[in-house]
Amino acid sequence: MRMELIQPFINAADAVFAESLKGPTKIVDVEMAEDAYRRKGVAALILIKGDIEGRVILDLAPEVAVNVASVLAGTAMEASEQVVRETVCELANMVIGNSVTLLNDQGFHFKVFPPEVHMNEAGLAGSADTEALVICIETPCGDIFLNIAMRYLHRRRAERSAVPALD
Amino acid sequence: MKQFGALLRKDSQPVRYLVVDDSVFARKNLIKMIEMFGGELAGEAGDGLTAIAEYNRIKPDIVLMDITMPQMEGIEAVERIVRQHADARIVMVSSVGYQENILAALQKGAKHFVQKPVKPEVLYEILRYVLSDDPSAAGAPLALAGESRS
Repeated sequence: MRMELIQPFINAADAVFAESLKGPTKIVDVEMAEDAYRRKGVAALILIKGDIEGRVILDLAPEVAVNVASVLAGTAMEASEQVVRETVCELANMVIGNSVTLLNDQGFHFKVFPPEVHMNEAGLAGSADTEALVICIETPCGDIFLNIAMRYLHRRRAERSAVPALD
Repeated sequence: MKQFGALLRKDSQPVRYLVVDDSVFARKNLIKMIEMFGGELAGEAGDGLTAIAEYNRIKPDIVLMDITMPQMEGIEAVERIVRQHADARIVMVSSVGYQENILAALQKGAKHFVQKPVKPEVLYEILRYVLSDDPSAAGAPLALAGESRS
């Protein structure tokens, strides 16, 4: 588990939730997961490929998504599948965007794929192969879960150019 | 809630905004802020192509433009709008704020960049700054704190 790759996602999520949901946040649970991820609610899966590879799953209950939607929109939102989908994607995009900014400015280059939203009963097939960190963040709208699995694919470019090749 | 002084044009009319983002929530959030700043929503778009068409139709004072969008991304839309309208004032609004992205947007003609989630006070200062380059803007500062002008 590469905490230096995971920490930017945790920091970004904490900051994004606190700012966009207009209230305090707290990490209430952290655990390692090696099995396929079991969703708690509606999940957005984001794949990352490049110097570092992995995936991030942002997962929240539909009622939490509606609470989030109401705060983001500044008005009470009716529960609907579209509202839930858009909310999960919006939160995921903000968290990933802010994390990617931190990692990119550290010299990592990679592609981020658009979020895939999972709402039906099927599991997250792409999440079965990797040891991941699962974090529960308490927010004013309810609990939001992050499942993060990241690894290095190549050495960072700066390190690669600074260190003589071994092979 | 924090109060903001109205940002107005030189003719004392509200600043007219075009808000471009594929997220409905992001647009609603930005619209709420520009209303807090005394602005007026002139149009909305959910992608770069629509943004170009809307710009040509409504000629807004300011465009708030997301980067990652379907059909045409924000940076390409900026390039096309500025090619036709050299005086366009476009502020990029994106959660992806790394240097390459910001530089690319500025090189294509964007005036400034603000990272999501957008803080109203940050956007307000950026809009004041961008409008200060506009000779038709009133109430705009001569310079931001720490910045000198000759």
